[in-house]
Amino acid sequence: MVDVAIYLAAGCSGCELSLLDLGDRLADLNFRVIWASPTLGDGKYGRIPEVDIAFVEGGVRLDEQERIVRELRRKSDVLVAFGICAACGGVPGLANLHSKDEILEGVFRKGTTTDNPESIIPQKTVFVDGKYELTLPEFYENVRAVDQIVEVDCYIGGCPPTPGQIEDAVSRIIGGEVGWITTARAVCESCPYELGDGMEGAGRFTKIVSGECFLKKGILCFGPATQGDCGASCPKVNTPCRGCGGPLPAVSDYGAKIVDMLSLLLDEKGVEELGSNYHTIAKLIYLYSMASATIPGRVRKYHVREIE
Amino acid sequence: MNIVGFACQWCAYQAADLAGSMKMEYPESIKLIRVPCSGRVETEFILQALLNGADGVFVAGCPVAECHYRMGNRIARKRIAILKRILPEFGIESGRVEFLQVSSADARRFVEFAEEFDRKIKKLGSNPIRRYSDG
Repeated sequence: MVDVAIYLAAGCSGCELSLLDLGDRLADLNFRVIWASPTLGDGKYGRIPEVDIAFVEGGVRLDEQERIVRELRRKSDVLVAFGICAACGGVPGLANLHSKDEILEGVFRKGTTTDNPESIIPQKTVFVDGKYELTLPEFYENVRAVDQIVEVDCYIGGCPPTPGQIEDAVSRIIGGEVGWITTARAVCESCPYELGDGMEGAGRFTKIVSGECFLKKGILCFGPATQGDCGASCPKVNTPCRGCGGPLPAVSDYGAKIVDMLSLLLDEKGVEELGSNYHTIAKLIYLYSMASATIPGRVRKYHVREIE
Repeated sequence: MNIVGFACQWCAYQAADLAGSMKMEYPESIKLIRVPCSGRVETEFILQALLNGADGVFVAGCPVAECHYRMGNRIARKRIAILKRILPEFGIESGRVEFLQVSSADARRFVEFAEEFDRKIKKLGSNPIRRYSDG
């Protein structure tokens, strides 16, 4: 039996639910969850036991999450970045293109459904009745992937990883594999449609191209640069790949690789079209990996801060 | 100022070499890196250079349709064009990256470009990433 801890940081618990989707097959994985928090169970932060494998889901946005991740690193033999948020920052990482103030302002003051007449914004500490000090976890300026906080042994991509992928990955992790746990094949390899000569243009996903390659029809699809452990499930149901599988193992900057790919496939007209069709290309190509990009978000002071 | 130039070994690097043997001067802020082909310069190299404090980056390749490897310079030009649209979203001015096409015999063109690019970067000031780390 292998002892396992599961922790949800700045994620959506989708990866945990995907793990539960294994159903009966969970029993075959030969592990027992002895600490899980906060979705799967009520694990107390003060009592994190020593475990063999710790699964961390989600990036790191709050100081509480950073503390727990460091604690888990100390108490586990193998730390797994479980899902694309933990491995590369995921969709929450897109917030790095905005400052903390912009986000708090947008959510607590300027939101269309916001009702906040006193315009209160969450503070780290607050005094109630003038004597009780209450604290909230600190909201960091940026989202970081787990490997920007502590050393990570294994990475699993996917938003969320499919149950089959998890089953395979867990047995490989128990077997001692490290690094990206993947077949290292691009999405295109499991996609039944073929590209042909190149892209026709760079349009948005508005027309239905059932049964043909998206790139061939001039719709951006990130299949060629993305890990295909999903079995190309999106292209097969007529949805372009947006890169949730994460970069192929030899690549460190996913978005830069997409730019390389587009510069190969598009012609000059297509490059123009890309600029006119999309106003925020960075948010599209770094949809799942902004926090782990070479330049991880809008240039601000924190980028040069030393990470412990 | 720190300017990194990726120069293709067949044309741009030859042009810079020729400029040297003709005793022409170009700004000392420019550090040339010889690469096999401008198409080999991946986006990540450029981003990495900017992250490590380069104020400007240019990729120099062969003239249109004269690439030693047929398509390299076209790919590099499109790559820079896409990158120029993305950089402002990160708060970095798009003028900090540039693509140059120059033939191996055209030392004058290389020197003119180098001076103009250096002037442009001086006007933009130091790279925002460096500005924060210095301040």
